[in-house]
Amino acid sequence: MGFALALEQDGVPTIPVSTHVFARLAKATALAAGMPTVRNVFVPQPVVGRTASELRAYIEGTDPILKQPFMKGVLEGLTQPLTEEDLKGATFERSTPRFLEPDTEENLRQLFIENHWTDYLPIILPTEERVEKMLKGTSVPGDKIVGRLRPTAYREFWEFDVEKVAVNAVMAGARPEYLPVILACSATGISARSSSTTSWATITVVNGPIRKEIGMNDGIGALGPYNLANSTIGRAYGLLSQNLQGGSVPGDTYMGSLGSNWAYTACFAEAEERSPWSPFHVDKGFKPTDSTVSVFFGGWYTQSGFGPRETWKDKFIRCLTATDHYSPPLIVMDPIVARAFVDLGFTKQSLIEWCAENAKLPAKNYWDDQWVTTLVRPLAIAGVEPFASRLKAAPDELISIFAPETINIVVTGGETQGAFKMISGRLIGHGPGTADQSGPIGLIDVWR
Amino acid sequence: MAEKIRVHDPRGYPPKVVGKRLANRLQSLDGKVLYLIDCLFDNADVFMEQLRLWFAENMPSVETRIIRPRESWVDDPEMRAKVVADGDAAIIGVGL
Repeated sequence: MGFALALEQDGVPTIPVSTHVFARLAKATALAAGMPTVRNVFVPQPVVGRTASELRAYIEGTDPILKQPFMKGVLEGLTQPLTEEDLKGATFERSTPRFLEPDTEENLRQLFIENHWTDYLPIILPTEERVEKMLKGTSVPGDKIVGRLRPTAYREFWEFDVEKVAVNAVMAGARPEYLPVILACSATGISARSSSTTSWATITVVNGPIRKEIGMNDGIGALGPYNLANSTIGRAYGLLSQNLQGGSVPGDTYMGSLGSNWAYTACFAEAEERSPWSPFHVDKGFKPTDSTVSVFFGGWYTQSGFGPRETWKDKFIRCLTATDHYSPPLIVMDPIVARAFVDLGFTKQSLIEWCAENAKLPAKNYWDDQWVTTLVRPLAIAGVEPFASRLKAAPDELISIFAPETINIVVTGGETQGAFKMISGRLIGHGPGTADQSGPIGLIDVWR
Repeated sequence: MAEKIRVHDPRGYPPKVVGKRLANRLQSLDGKVLYLIDCLFDNADVFMEQLRLWFAENMPSVETRIIRPRESWVDDPEMRAKVVADGDAAIIGVGL
């Protein structure tokens, strides 16, 4: 859609073709771009996996949205004279008030649900008093602009300030002392509510002194629902993402086919004191005394294991090669596992390099992946390494599927079991549909 | 009667939308250059090839050219410039 709108502005009549499930989203996107009459045509979903003859039938068949021959829409869209509406586009301003009209608690709760402003779990209503109290968690003025968010690359950015983040933090049940962490999440510009059909979620990792100051759990059940800070920071990030970016409504601003349970809340702290290795944020160039939040864009898969046992190498290779290759693994391991790897002679970096070296697949399997094909293959064709070399490989040649710098390890957990997980998590700032404003690792201290 | 309370609006600040006009339409596609832009979504290349064949069979006077951006999801000013310079119209798909 973005290309089509740009080409129209460049003076080239253009027809965007979408599948029918995107009709509402296409209309909303065109409206928000000021070009509501863009001449979109539609074919049935899906296109992926359909043969050439099946796609030809789409072309010769009926547009499922416009209810007319598909090619009629194409040809008329390129040749029918412009109407007055086509010429003027749509200019308008939307405003969101600071306060809603006063109402009863019951009615306001219903209003928040009807407007899709919640995650459908109970919320704390953001009264003036509660928001004021929340704002005491930061020295930064409430009217300071924090950043911009949008659900996907072709949608418009919405802006937000500190107070708006505080409002959503209240709704999530967070305490004021958590606000700097929540502000740091929002300031990355990475939406925890990407509209992608692939159901991305965000997983956030907190490092540095603030973990202990606000009582985060890095012990038993570190990834689970056993701590107010862990739970509400992750939830606040999700709520603020959907509300500050202009929505996350199925069919309009959210298209994830399956959705993701990681999207309810996913925030945990590293067990820095019990890890045999340097803290994650220190590996990334921060000082041990810095407090940071790292936003991993992922949640597609979770592999689980225990050990390392005698055959750990086989297990790791099975886990690594079973991943979705577009989303490298965030390896979360209990301190027991990390120490055992130290006993086997590994540093964190050498283990990462071992993983990258041994995560190999036949080239035909690597390339037969929808997102590798869609997002990586064009880079390979353009000569970008290491993708170009992977594309040159023979179909049965084993190729590396991850570069070491895309694999990350974080240590946390209660030492009741030598458990590890490999969780889909890209630490590159943005995936499809998000904006990377300040990088995927936010310094919390600037929001204290 | 239940007490009324005042709460904050949780939404961010939307940008002003400025209307943009569509490009002038063609009187006819006869003899025109029509770019078929494969947006790089999985199988979009097959769809665009079928569209090219449809024009070849049904409207041979239209010159179709398949073109691709450098990456998915990222603007490709060079590709757009080529379409603007050499093309009369475009179809892009399949995706959003």
